[in-house]
Amino acid sequence: MSRKNPWAVRVGVVLIAVTLAVLPFALAQVGTAWVRITNYAVLYILLALGLNIVVGFAGLLDLGYIAFYAVGAYTYALLASPQLGLHLPFWIILPIGAAVAAFFGVVLGAPTLKLRGDYLAIVTLGFGEIIRIILNNLSRPVNITNGPQGIGGIDPFRVGEFSLASPQQIGGLEVSGPIKYYYLLLAVLMLIIIVNLRLQNSRIGRAWEAIREDELAARASGIDTTRIKLLAFAMGATFGGVAGGMFSAIQSFISPESFVLVESVMVLSMVVLGGMGNIWGVILGALLLSFAPEILRWTVEPAQMALFGRMLVEPEVIRMLLFGLALVLVMLFRPAGLLPSAVRQRELSERST
Amino acid sequence: MSLLEGRGIGKRFGGVQALGDVSFSITEGEVFGLIGPNGAGKTTLFNVLTGIYPPDNGTFVFHGRPLHGLKAHQVAAAGIARTFQNIRLFANLSSIENVMIGRHAKTRAGVWGAILRNRRTREEEEGIVQGALELLDFVGIRARANAPAGSLPYGDQRRLEIARALAIEPKLLALDEPAAGMNATERLALGKLIQAIRASGVTLLLIEHDVRLVMNVCDRVLVLDYGEKIAEGRPAEVQSDARVIEAYLGRPRAA
Repeated sequence: MSRKNPWAVRVGVVLIAVTLAVLPFALAQVGTAWVRITNYAVLYILLALGLNIVVGFAGLLDLGYIAFYAVGAYTYALLASPQLGLHLPFWIILPIGAAVAAFFGVVLGAPTLKLRGDYLAIVTLGFGEIIRIILNNLSRPVNITNGPQGIGGIDPFRVGEFSLASPQQIGGLEVSGPIKYYYLLLAVLMLIIIVNLRLQNSRIGRAWEAIREDELAARASGIDTTRIKLLAFAMGATFGGVAGGMFSAIQSFISPESFVLVESVMVLSMVVLGGMGNIWGVILGALLLSFAPEILRWTVEPAQMALFGRMLVEPEVIRMLLFGLALVLVMLFRPAGLLPSAVRQRELSERST
Repeated sequence: MSLLEGRGIGKRFGGVQALGDVSFSITEGEVFGLIGPNGAGKTTLFNVLTGIYPPDNGTFVFHGRPLHGLKAHQVAAAGIARTFQNIRLFANLSSIENVMIGRHAKTRAGVWGAILRNRRTREEEEGIVQGALELLDFVGIRARANAPAGSLPYGDQRRLEIARALAIEPKLLALDEPAAGMNATERLALGKLIQAIRASGVTLLLIEHDVRLVMNVCDRVLVLDYGEKIAEGRPAEVQSDARVIEAYLGRPRAA
């Protein structure tokens, strides 16, 4: 950490905190849809931060990451919906979901330990698809996941009478369900950012980075690469599982549709675009890629109507076009991402002899 | 007493007998040279010793304990650290973090320690940083502590790799051609560094082509040729051995 003007830093932190606190109410003025969009953006940040542990820190290219999101989401759905008739409270299910996802992280990570680069990507891609296909077919002979129809009627987060899904008057202020979820998501995000920052700058984080840089040298330096890699898979999966559980509760309906390969690719793009290994870069990448399509959807149509008087190109087409263009430009001009990870600087006290 | 003993070490790669029945013994506190022409099996011997791959025959006995079946990280934790012929640093990390990673096996903090950052973890981290700084100081590149390892000049990269290996607190430090690519001044400094490491109580195993360095710093040498041991003894004795001269030192000349 470089030592900057402490007052500037403090003012900056306060400004960001105030902005984040009033943001949902400002967005609600434009439309509640924007609060929902923001919530999904935060979910994507959680996913991108989880994947960043595997891809950014440990350097293991994982193309099936969305599977852990699915595991977390289905764990929540099965334990808090009419599907199995279970309605456990969320603070019990979320840790269970995280643990189940971590377990799957280790199970899916173990066979891939000797693979690197392209080969690892292909195998993880396969695992991601396997999980989705299992969820799709686990409706016969015993109906567990309800197959492609998905699971509906999932409980929202609830503490006694206080539900995060229903609107409420708090101190004369109309607080809608999405706004309540926004604050919960923000709190979880803060927690996960802190966990990520601390992990990165620790004995475990250094071991991950050593494996990314040179696996053979890492082993010769006394690092049990098998254990440390599995730990990366498990930690990444845990965050995916937590995000999945929250996704389930917010949506109140999930189906295997939500966990297709494109979602894995999207999360990976966020990590790569933002800057692999840099937590702030990854957050920026996730924000850009989750908001850009929505902003386009809201601007492309009126712009074309104003210019040509009719719709020439569908917003969806323009979205993919711009997305592709953005990725090409980033690869050309910022190959390490928008905010590349920098060499960590330490404040070193002068010689004490 | 004998620190490391190799008994009948053999290793075959397909049709190539890289090592055949090599036995040797390294005494605690000495600088032991491993020499031989290119392709003689020196690096293979390093790799089977440090657990990169298992030997086909034979065992190593280190400090009275067999190293049989240990993986590379376990060999390192047991007290054998190494450097590589073509430098293998963590190039995008700072110099000090390279050395800090070398402390991995000697420290404990896990995920919970990292997340909670409790007192024990903080103290351990503090110790890791201090130890790493001292080692950087010892090899003479403390001023470059925060520079990315990949940006250091060649000679400093070699020093950094030695510092990282020393961070394991090894009983035996194995250096694979540390003087390769160095100029005369750097070689002289390297010789001094090797003497200083030895003076700190670490036994050294050294692969080296630079004959002058070998003659200056090694107490005893083992000479390999085509995977076979052809001589073992004091540098001066080995130098006059007919087979060694034939295999390694080239045509004989008047002493």
